Amino acid sequence: MADRAVTLAAAGLAAAVFLLLLAPLGALGLTFQGFAFSAPELAALRFTLLQATLSAALSVALAVPVARALARRRFMGRSALISILGAPFILPVIVAVLGLLAVFGRAGWFNDALGLLGLPSFSVYGLQGVVLAHVFFNMPLAVRMILHGWQAIPAERFRLAASLGFTPRASLRHIEAPMLREVLPGAGLVILVICLTSFAVALTLGGGPKATTIELAIYQALRFDFDLPTAARLALLQFALCAAAFVVASRVSLPSGFGAGQGRDGGPPSPNGWRKVVDTFAIVLAALFLALPLLAVVLNGLPGLVDLPETVWAAAGRSLAIALASTAISLAAATVLALAAAQGRGWVALAATLPLAASSLVLGTGLFLILQPYFKPASLALPVTMTINAALSLPFAFRILAPEARTLYADYQRLGASLGMGGWAWLRWVVLPRLARVLGFSAGLVAALSMGDLGVIALFAGEGEATLPLLVQRLMGAYRMETAASAALLLVLLSFALFWVFDYGGRRYAGT
Amino acid sequence: MLALENLSIRMGDFALHADWQAPKGARIAIIGPSGAGKSTLLSLIGGFTAPDTGKVLWQSQDLTRLEPGARPITTLFQDQNLFPHLTIAQNLGLGISPNLRLTKADKERIEGALERTGLAGFGPRKPAQLSGGQQSRAALARALLRDKPVLLLDEPFAALGPALKAEMLGLVSDLADETGAVVLMVTHDPKDAQAFAPLTCLVAGGIAYAPQPTEALLRNPPPELAAYLG
Repeated sequence: MADRAVTLAAAGLAAAVFLLLLAPLGALGLTFQGFAFSAPELAALRFTLLQATLSAALSVALAVPVARALARRRFMGRSALISILGAPFILPVIVAVLGLLAVFGRAGWFNDALGLLGLPSFSVYGLQGVVLAHVFFNMPLAVRMILHGWQAIPAERFRLAASLGFTPRASLRHIEAPMLREVLPGAGLVILVICLTSFAVALTLGGGPKATTIELAIYQALRFDFDLPTAARLALLQFALCAAAFVVASRVSLPSGFGAGQGRDGGPPSPNGWRKVVDTFAIVLAALFLALPLLAVVLNGLPGLVDLPETVWAAAGRSLAIALASTAISLAAATVLALAAAQGRGWVALAATLPLAASSLVLGTGLFLILQPYFKPASLALPVTMTINAALSLPFAFRILAPEARTLYADYQRLGASLGMGGWAWLRWVVLPRLARVLGFSAGLVAALSMGDLGVIALFAGEGEATLPLLVQRLMGAYRMETAASAALLLVLLSFALFWVFDYGGRRYAGT
Repeated sequence: MLALENLSIRMGDFALHADWQAPKGARIAIIGPSGAGKSTLLSLIGGFTAPDTGKVLWQSQDLTRLEPGARPITTLFQDQNLFPHLTIAQNLGLGISPNLRLTKADKERIEGALERTGLAGFGPRKPAQLSGGQQSRAALARALLRDKPVLLLDEPFAALGPALKAEMLGLVSDLADETGAVVLMVTHDPKDAQAFAPLTCLVAGGIAYAPQPTEALLRNPPPELAAYLG
């Protein structure tokens, strides 16, 4: 069944992944002139660690009451709310930032409310703004992971607790707290790792000596100062952080945020009294916190959507092209690697998840160093962005596809072999239809992530190469907030449309 | 004639050796304690497991290096005999062309095989819409279409009730009569062996013994078989 062809292709892909990671690191190493960090660089390291730790701790702490409320209450719109908790994962960062500015900015709704109450106003810039944005993105992820933990507690456990007459406090202590001790560290670690490479949030809400992440400092060193040794030093520092996080994360069993089900009966008991008030509060506040920024984007963006300038459409076209191309590359690679892993090739999983140890700006800086003597960076903006997006989304796609591919091989490999199905027949009649659902889902995720990505493109793009997220950021920088809001609305519509088209297409193709 | 020449495999503590022939048209039950290697024996013959030494021959053609699909053999597994996302007709079609490039004549053959196994009209359905017995019939219909001279049954009917199982064995019996195929059938139940197979191969203690007449073997079992039968 063309096992050998799959193994060969997987080996080639693994080599390509290694090369794509090692070549930039090599270039960084050659430019590197020693770890003599200046005060601003050390401040960037401190800020990166501080904001990531705070973001992870706050996201998890706020997620616990929300997850508990969702686990033990049944209400109209509950399953819709749980689905929507997955949306921030594919929401373009720049869109969320615009929405958060509209709600929490100087003239935003939140400060209006504080003013009415006679309280001092809240500034959305600096550390608190960066952490706020990170909590907006990662609290829902934490809710899904913790909710999954709650739903994984066997219903028998709660039945036993009820028959023993446990109070809610006793059931928290003996049943729920042990689960939380197991799930929370993993959830926090996932979020910490995500926040370590924060770029777009720091670019828009941070900045200055007090609120610059390493990723942002790399960008500034390259783009503003053209200081290659500093950029290389910072990039290697960032890589060391990510690699350390990668090693730690691969030793801890991480909870999954994708699998949180809708839950059936037999969950935890739903006590009345003040606990019901608290739960209602948690759900309403979380829903408002997530919905209001998005509502603001829609309200602010809608009026200008009809006469967007030509540049916005051109940027949208470039973003779509990059998203589709990187989705095609990433999915093809992830499928081959998942099939090879399903045939028991152990090294494949390492190759497929290794890009997690790199960040967009680290790879971008390395490639910049390699390519800039020979090419104008702007001329390579789109291909480089496409390649890095494909590489960085490979681990996500692989992790979704690999378990399904393993099941497929365990169940049907012998049958396919006994019928003499060759490589193409096997792919056409078994692999594609059996994997269609997860292929569609992961393609949707990758396409939406790539569509909304604001990372390496900022390093390379000139006037004429901006993608839609970069254009929104530039419009914001130029205080053209109305056009920015409309372009952001277009961006979020395109991102969600891409996700929906692929996900629906996959489910449709998979049939019943 | 199907010949196993000094066939052996060793995997950790497990070992299996076989050296015997099955004449054309033979029906052989394979019986023995669980874990003794009944399924491994079929797996070696079917080509899903490579032996350490020895050969599998059909009419003196060496099959040992051939892929499972290239061997003159059809295997019915314990489960997963049908692809759940394909229709019954497509599942049968895979027995004619693994690429599902089917001519009009092929489609008529599929209809014929469905009728022969009592499944007329079930072609457009998915396996999940069929009962367990009907799914077994569909797998048998595909074996009929493949028309290979060796049929290996790795307990495909184990999940069926006694009456259905007897019916399926009757159907296998009829089909084997028509095609003259050698049939090797793994079973737990000495009654299956008596009803279906004039010959029985005992697998025990790392050896797949040469097939012997079923009645005589069961009437006068060697110690390993006696311990298993209880």
